[in-house]
Amino acid sequence: MADEIKIGVYVCHCGVNIAGVINTTEVMEFAKTLPHVALAKEYKFMCSDNGQDLIKQDIKDGLINRVVVAACSPRMHEPTFRRTVSSVGMNQFLFAQANIREHASWVNMKDPEGATRIAKDHLRMQVAKVAQLEPLETQVVQVTPASLIIGGGIAGMNAALDLADQGFDVYLVEKEPTIGGHMAQLDKTFPTMDCSACILTPKMVDVNQHPKIHLMAYSEVEDVEGYVGNFTVTVRKKSKYVDSEKCTSCGECIENCPVTAPNEFDLGLAKRKAVYIPFPQAVPGVPTIDMDSCIKCGICADKSVCEPEAIDYEMKDELVEIEVGTIIVATGYDPYDPTEMKEYAFEKYDNVITGMQMERLLSSYGPTLGKPVRPSDGTAPHTLAWLQCVGSRNFRPGMHNYCSRVCCMYAMKQARQYKEKHPDAKIYIFYMDIRAFGKGYEEFYEIASREYGITFVRGRLAEVYESPDDKSIIIRGEDTLMQTPIELKVDMLVLSVGVEARPDSDKIAQLLTIQKSDDGFFLEAHPKLRPVDTLTAGIYVAGVAQGPKDIPDAVAQAKGAASGAAILMAKGEVEIEPYYSVVDAAKCSGCKACQSQCPFGAIGFDEQANIATINIAKCKGCGTCAATCPCQAISQNHFKEPQMVAIINGVLKDGGLY
Amino acid sequence: MAKTDEKTEGNYKPKPLEKWEPFILGIFCNWCTYAGADQAGTSRMQRPANLRVMRVMCSGRVEPQWVMEALKQGADGVLISGCHIGDCHYVEGNFKTARRMPLLIKMLEQLGIHKDRVKFQFVSASEGAELTEIVDEFVADLKKIGPGPFNKKFKK
Repeated sequence: MADEIKIGVYVCHCGVNIAGVINTTEVMEFAKTLPHVALAKEYKFMCSDNGQDLIKQDIKDGLINRVVVAACSPRMHEPTFRRTVSSVGMNQFLFAQANIREHASWVNMKDPEGATRIAKDHLRMQVAKVAQLEPLETQVVQVTPASLIIGGGIAGMNAALDLADQGFDVYLVEKEPTIGGHMAQLDKTFPTMDCSACILTPKMVDVNQHPKIHLMAYSEVEDVEGYVGNFTVTVRKKSKYVDSEKCTSCGECIENCPVTAPNEFDLGLAKRKAVYIPFPQAVPGVPTIDMDSCIKCGICADKSVCEPEAIDYEMKDELVEIEVGTIIVATGYDPYDPTEMKEYAFEKYDNVITGMQMERLLSSYGPTLGKPVRPSDGTAPHTLAWLQCVGSRNFRPGMHNYCSRVCCMYAMKQARQYKEKHPDAKIYIFYMDIRAFGKGYEEFYEIASREYGITFVRGRLAEVYESPDDKSIIIRGEDTLMQTPIELKVDMLVLSVGVEARPDSDKIAQLLTIQKSDDGFFLEAHPKLRPVDTLTAGIYVAGVAQGPKDIPDAVAQAKGAASGAAILMAKGEVEIEPYYSVVDAAKCSGCKACQSQCPFGAIGFDEQANIATINIAKCKGCGTCAATCPCQAISQNHFKEPQMVAIINGVLKDGGLY
Repeated sequence: MAKTDEKTEGNYKPKPLEKWEPFILGIFCNWCTYAGADQAGTSRMQRPANLRVMRVMCSGRVEPQWVMEALKQGADGVLISGCHIGDCHYVEGNFKTARRMPLLIKMLEQLGIHKDRVKFQFVSASEGAELTEIVDEFVADLKKIGPGPFNKKFKK
């Protein structure tokens, strides 16, 4: 470039976040000694309007033509400052950001001198790099106006309806035979005591009937290729062995099926047939044959049973390819399985059940038609105890450190429901802390304790035994408020199990190249400011798949995710960073070493010229080919060899040891 | 207010470090380890002030020459880190690095460079704590081995 390189350096205080540890003036003075630096300034908040104006003014005055901001992580504000510089005509790729907050002041708080040293090093790395950078143009790609939503629970359904109502095509993929998710298993919802089915099933019907929603129940995502705006998704439609086109949902097959199996929907508390619909309001209402329990007796396939001849034992899975621009992950959760907590003897004693099982017992379309009974003898329990934090807030291996956020409320809700049916019942809730944080929740708790007379005991149970005579449960623990040991005989013990990430969330994360946080749930791009975005552009997350939450929060997040996806699709195009690789034909020896390295098939080969060629539409910009090329004929934009070596030389100049 | 003190323009003299402290260059991928390092920051996980971080989109971009360049210029240690196997944002870039780096370390060893000066690790976007531990250990290891062979200021 003919123009002289004039770098402007701006050191941000970030209030006290940086300046409270790092000597920013020293960093600024140091910047002035670096090659090509025309000016250096410091300011309290560089990302504020005033801070950005400083940069803009200096560019407009012709003082600088490249910019380095030493501030927070570029993963936070690089886009902000890129917009700043490009708003006054500078190429946004001539900007670089030195991370002196997350990687210096915040991790070296007790060592101001060391933190300042790191800050100076990070700064000169970026100054050295920015001098080498080249102007680039972003690529603009079209966004397919269709969305894939994985998971048809309350979050996925809400996101689907929001997007479809805006006119976008939605492919809603649900792995179970019905949509509805866990909410369909619930009886009433706290704190308003709405009947779950009454608010959920109309939505299920809306989803099924919406002309823009392509419901793919009993299906799983098999493969995802492409990038923001242009994903190609392969969906496996699992064989139901019942032809949805022909089936009239008359239910004759279910009536006549001689085989029974435990009903997953009722968590094993009831039986279903080998051909079944999970619950009466299931959507779609076409039965599914569970081939693991089916004995292929042929009764249901007989024309006298299934008149439309919809049963087909030979039906095969079908692979369907769909094109979408955005993806929303709403895969939900599994209830924690307390079997491993031997001290609570779940599965060993009949009258120890989980909160989700209690939910089914309370449900009017559950196995007991809404009248909870003891599994051991079918009688209504008189004394019941709920135990909180089962599997949650526990640091033992296999358990979860986090709070599951719904168990306090559902335990109180179930207890209140039982009290309404049996006013004489004696109910205890054993808790660590009651977390009633949502709108109307604290009031709900107050009423549970004062008006319903539910006894709250602070303390985790130590062990439980079964009374041999009547299979009642003897529970032992400590009332930590009274500081006394406690032993009680209850007719039934409900374990308030928490929620956990689904075991197949690893597979989803790998398919979509999205990250998971330590707790196993999907990781959002920023915990506060981008709570529904993932780190992969065009992919959003909603509901408990992102972390424990209740129904109102899941719905709110789903609407947020739908809005994020809609913004992209409404704009119709998206800018992507031009970090693709390019081949220098003069240097390429035609060895094809790069081809085998590219996982995206972006590298072709020009047989005539004997050189590698790169399809920039397919290239995702990882740079692996550039690192592989033995002739250094491939370079990755913005991460070119000289640019990267400049960073190393820049920081290690003079031994790098100030 | 912005300060632009004209008097000191270009006259700043840094105070040299008197006692040797290991200089570690970290080369982190954008999606996992760089994000993990950010997470360590937002969670205020304290580590010794020895790590400088350089960002690449994928650990697959890391050229062995860069590691050699860093050592040649006087770095005491180089830490390359990317996503866990299977988690790569670019499907399999980290596989390539996971194969390259052990070979590089072997080669460096033959050239007389201690094998513990170059580390390849997997750190996910949520593993700030793991990164902190890795850096702690790396610093301790390097303190045992002493300054790098090409460190001009501090000799062994």
